[in-house]
Amino acid sequence: MEKRVTFKGWLLPLLLITPQVVVTAVFFFWPAGQAIYQSAFIPDPFGLKSQFVGWGNFQFIFTDPYYLASFKTTAIFSLSVTIVSMGVALWLALMADRIIKGAATYRTLLIWPYAVAPAIAGVLWLFMFNPRIGVVSWYLDKIGYDWNHVLNSNEAMLLVVLASAWSRISYNFLFFLAGLQSIPKSLVEAAAMDGAGFWYRFRTIVFPLLSPTTFFLLVVNIVYAFFETFGVIHTITAGGPQQATNIMVYKVYSDGFVGQDLGSSAAQSVVLLFVVGLLTILQFRYIEKKVHY
Amino acid sequence: MTTISLKDVKKSYGNLRVIHGVSVDIHDSEFIVVVGPSGCGKSTLLRMIAGLEDISEGEVCIDGKVVNHLEPMDRNIAMVFQNYALYPHMSVFDNIAYSLKIAKTSKAEIKQRVQETAELLQLGDYLDRKPRQLSGGQRQRVAMGRAIVRRPSVFLFDEPLSNLDAKLRVQMRLEIKRLQRQLGITSVFVTHDQVEAMTLGDKLMVLNDGRVEQFGTPVELYQKPRSIFVAQFIGSPSMNIVPVSEGHRLPNGAVVDHAVPKPQHTGELSLGIRPEHIDIEPASDVRFLIEMAEQLGANTLIHGVLEGSSAPLVVSLPGLHTLESLDASIGLRFQPENCHWFDTATGDRL
Repeated sequence: MEKRVTFKGWLLPLLLITPQVVVTAVFFFWPAGQAIYQSAFIPDPFGLKSQFVGWGNFQFIFTDPYYLASFKTTAIFSLSVTIVSMGVALWLALMADRIIKGAATYRTLLIWPYAVAPAIAGVLWLFMFNPRIGVVSWYLDKIGYDWNHVLNSNEAMLLVVLASAWSRISYNFLFFLAGLQSIPKSLVEAAAMDGAGFWYRFRTIVFPLLSPTTFFLLVVNIVYAFFETFGVIHTITAGGPQQATNIMVYKVYSDGFVGQDLGSSAAQSVVLLFVVGLLTILQFRYIEKKVHY
Repeated sequence: MTTISLKDVKKSYGNLRVIHGVSVDIHDSEFIVVVGPSGCGKSTLLRMIAGLEDISEGEVCIDGKVVNHLEPMDRNIAMVFQNYALYPHMSVFDNIAYSLKIAKTSKAEIKQRVQETAELLQLGDYLDRKPRQLSGGQRQRVAMGRAIVRRPSVFLFDEPLSNLDAKLRVQMRLEIKRLQRQLGITSVFVTHDQVEAMTLGDKLMVLNDGRVEQFGTPVELYQKPRSIFVAQFIGSPSMNIVPVSEGHRLPNGAVVDHAVPKPQHTGELSLGIRPEHIDIEPASDVRFLIEMAEQLGANTLIHGVLEGSSAPLVVSLPGLHTLESLDASIGLRFQPENCHWFDTATGDRL
């Protein structure tokens, strides 16, 4: 039986949903509409007049080698962030699931990084890895490695991946731990009595039963890496060196507000809009089904 | 050929001791049932034999070899869990084959052995199903199959029937008994249900609060319970315990039938008598005040109190009776050969 509140009139319900509708309209629908509208125009840098170009902006970005390179950068970046943050989180959750003493403290400490804003996290890692004054780069120098992410694009990518993944580990950890704890202990015990060692049990029992959690986190983390890492990129590399860390979201910003090419920037936003849509559909279609055994 | 022996096995969680020294020898292909109320430590004891719990003190030996520090997988024991613990993402076939795959058995042999086991348990048609597509009884059988297919030296059962409905429980009880006979594998079965215990076990171990109250055959426990606890736990409905005062007087002042052998004992006494060992004797001065009658078909349980006492008493009379067909107060005779005497203070049999 469905339980729902029913209202007699329409005034009170209208009043109650108004704030949410207004916020959504002002901060989501209006900008999205603007982006779609502007993607068909090329405005002059001062915003005084604009010229209609139809698909022109899209034709431009899809033939622009820098934009195509940004696709690849984004793919590498998101995949790395997802794998690193989920991998480390799963490992920590497995350990946390086994300990008994001090478990609460351990968990609380692991959750803390989630409270750090992306930009702050970025600055934190920037200081540690700063080629001149960073602690880590100093130690790397000691063992004979010359760290310089300002010049070396692989090192820059590594650093933004680390910083982005780090701030995501807590979140993944929480979900993995909850997932592990919802697996009945007797299943693991039964497997142990059947002769399975720790890794065999993990591979054949624990990991398959964790798959709903894993799939959910996979989508959520990709979305995170796509859209919420702006602060990290902005503070650490600003897309550089030589576009090496210029992921799609950051390129929308740098082309639009730094390069003043608002038409191309708007077209890129529309592309991103489609990506978000796809990911959302994926999430709803499969997660709602509560995967899979 | 497998024997199990426990030597003064104890278990503590921190300062809390839950098993207070259990010693028992289980012979080859014996079926032992550990029975007791919730929280008496029976599952803990089983898990210690399985190797899922550490043993705080004492020794568990299988075939004379101390296994205290062996991992569960090295003890060659199979266990059936209360919730069956079937792997939900695997088919019935894969569930049963799991241990064989780990043991690196050849594909052909796995197939053959799983088939055999499935036939034995009438699961042949369900091998491709997932556990969630099975009924409770079928899941139970898969759990059994998973245990049998390995040909272990010991079976452990942790209340495997408690999730089934009453009819299925009786049926599975018989099947388990039959299988155990057929395979001749030494088994330990934990339950809180005394009927299950009586019908399944070659021997019963009654556990109370982490201590063994009595260990023996079901008939021994029924006929010669060693304490009030065992007397009331074994048998359904449970044994009546009547307080008896100085000079062997019942609560209403009547002296216990002269034919009942009376112990030489000072202190408070209790007389134990099972409901089925009480007869109606109109002339008797042991008066029974009737409150309620439960008609079970073959017999009727009469609930009431002995005159002069508030302690409940149950009498089982053959045939059908109702409150109307009986007088409000009737005379009773306790069958002398079926009376048990206990020391009220210690609960021990005299």
